[in-house]
Amino acid sequence: MDLTLSPSEEEFRDEVRAWLQANHPGPEPEAGLDEVMAFRREWQLKLHEAGWAGISWPKEYGGRGATMIEQAIFAAEASRQEAPAPANVLGLAMGGPVVIAHGTDEQKARYLEPILTGEEIWCQGFSEPESGSDLASLKTRAVKDGDQWVVTGQKVWTTFAQYAKWCMLVARTDPDAPKHQGLTYFLMDMEQEGVQTRPLVQITGEGEFNEVFFEEARVPDANVVGGVGNGWTVAITTLMNERAGLAFGAISQIQNSLGRLSKLASETPADGGTAADDPYFRQRIAQLHIEVETMRLNAYRGLTKTMQSGIPGPEGSLGKWQWADINQDLTELALEIEGAYSVLMRGSEHAVSGGAWQYSFLRSRANSIEGGTTDILKNIIAERVLGLPRLR
Amino acid sequence: MYFDLTDEQQAIKSTAHDFLASRFKSERIREIAAGESGFDERGWKEMAELGWAGLALPEEWGGQGLGTVDLAVLFEEMGYALAPSPLLSNTIAGLALSIGGSDEQKERWLRPLAEGELRATPALIDADGPAEPMKFSMAAGDTLSGEKTLVMDAGSADLFLVATADGGRHVVEKDAGGVTVTAEEGIDLTRRLFTVRFDGVTPAATLPGSGEDYTPVFHRACVALAAESTGVAQRALEMSVAYAKDRQQFGRPIGAYQAVSHRCAQMLLETENSRSAVYGAAWAADAEPESLPLAASMAKAYASDAGWRVPDMAIQVHGGIGFTWEHDLHFFLKRGRANAAMLGDAKWHRERVADAVLAGETAPASA
Repeated sequence: MDLTLSPSEEEFRDEVRAWLQANHPGPEPEAGLDEVMAFRREWQLKLHEAGWAGISWPKEYGGRGATMIEQAIFAAEASRQEAPAPANVLGLAMGGPVVIAHGTDEQKARYLEPILTGEEIWCQGFSEPESGSDLASLKTRAVKDGDQWVVTGQKVWTTFAQYAKWCMLVARTDPDAPKHQGLTYFLMDMEQEGVQTRPLVQITGEGEFNEVFFEEARVPDANVVGGVGNGWTVAITTLMNERAGLAFGAISQIQNSLGRLSKLASETPADGGTAADDPYFRQRIAQLHIEVETMRLNAYRGLTKTMQSGIPGPEGSLGKWQWADINQDLTELALEIEGAYSVLMRGSEHAVSGGAWQYSFLRSRANSIEGGTTDILKNIIAERVLGLPRLR
Repeated sequence: MYFDLTDEQQAIKSTAHDFLASRFKSERIREIAAGESGFDERGWKEMAELGWAGLALPEEWGGQGLGTVDLAVLFEEMGYALAPSPLLSNTIAGLALSIGGSDEQKERWLRPLAEGELRATPALIDADGPAEPMKFSMAAGDTLSGEKTLVMDAGSADLFLVATADGGRHVVEKDAGGVTVTAEEGIDLTRRLFTVRFDGVTPAATLPGSGEDYTPVFHRACVALAAESTGVAQRALEMSVAYAKDRQQFGRPIGAYQAVSHRCAQMLLETENSRSAVYGAAWAADAEPESLPLAASMAKAYASDAGWRVPDMAIQVHGGIGFTWEHDLHFFLKRGRANAAMLGDAKWHRERVADAVLAGETAPASA
């Protein structure tokens, strides 16, 4: 057992740390999403030029070929320094790895480079209005027409669809096959007449994600990934990649939030002292720190296991569940500490911390839904970790 | 970075697991729990032969010289098996002796203790005091007077390590004049608690160590106890999963229902968190002692809760049968609940954590 970094890992961390310090572009502009995306594109290009985009990707595909521990170090350090997200998060974390794992040589040659540079943004067309957690029941159809497929249907919760060039689309190609077997994974060009996007406004008032409508949209046969009828397997790889990449960045982010929470507590007057003197708040703050620490250590244990076996196990679901719980608890506690003033939002003169916690409180409601609901994660844990019988 | 047991630690784990499973079957635990003394002479001898009495004590004094991670491995298995044994009290007393004792004292008491020939237990909590960790009211002096309570395994101990207000520790032999040992009725039948009365007792020795010397002993004891609670939780989880697969209602195993399966998932989460906190702290004890106080308090706070909450959830999964004396679960609930209160409860440890984190300390080995 050794919870410290090896000398070469430390060297890597120092290199990451120094590069980020020197190149950090500062906080994202407080402006509309268009400005934010432009900012993130510029940042991604900078990352790419220095070899930090796609660090988990093999070198032959333009990545860094970093080890899992190096990926963890990079994610942790980037979050610690609150570096902005790259513009093409989904392409880097999911699209690229899927093309690398399942794509043809032509696909690799065509798609990977613009993912890394951020020139082409990717989005994910999985969920549908009637197929959320039960993803395999999805109904968007793709019908073969010569060397093309004609796609009709609707996707939802499609993050950054409005900026995307490519959509990782899962559609039903065989309506008669059992539900998991009739699906195919396509790369759909979003810039065509048959594709319409409509932003969905979130409870925060922002619009990160969209509804996407396909009306006889076209995909060439050459854009099938992993073979017709294998869409489910290919999609599952994508989701595993999404979860494996989340943990370490998320932990640093929460550690930063905990620091801000302590600051809020020690600056909020309460009963002649501050909220940081209040035994109730102290207990809750301590409990959050303990849980974040268990999450961090779980992630290290998971990483050790993954490095030994080569594939992330279903235990990753524990971390995602825990992350959502902690993030929600943390923002709820911040609002409790703010007390009466917790009703004031961004833009209000008397809002505490510029209304940052109100935004986080609202945004974190999605944490137990996005990327697999906590309820579904508990099913996965029950079935795949504990071996309990399936209800279905 | 490598967060897993080494091959040697795996070997300790599987040896302990197999030995304890063969010696402490339900009937045997019940026999010991129902017995007058609560002490299992044969089991103790075998544990001593395995080298467990001195597992984390220095080799030069007859111990195995292993670290806190190894100790956590052993105590996790002790909790899993719910083995009634004075191993924990003996280990804590041994650690204190090895840190605070003179060479002569170590030769006289620590060596036989590490070899399992002698059993010792710390006598810490003053009956008239605040029952708070590391705060004692008994006056130090040529003789000791007063009542120490919640003393583990005093019935089978040969000597007591008595803490006094100045933070010192004194060796008192059981048969010294003026020592009276009275058994308490504890919630946990698998670990007996006693009140020990000292009436003008002359200690056999006073250790030269100061109060501060024993702080790391306290923290390592917290880690061992938290490891034990993790084992308790692990066993309760496994019992529940097995039962939920087997028990049929409405034509299906109850584990297929989310009300049950999600409860089991919660039990897994708490057990795994507890385990991570314990091994993180155990590692800190050996490799990064400056972060041990925070890590140990985190581990003890978390495992205090999980150690009884998980068996509690297990009872709910089992339904009526889980509430019967006939089923073993209540022993696990009781051990977990008793552990939660010992060596500082969750609230006490969280307050230590609050102190540290609000002052800007960070958890160990942050990459």
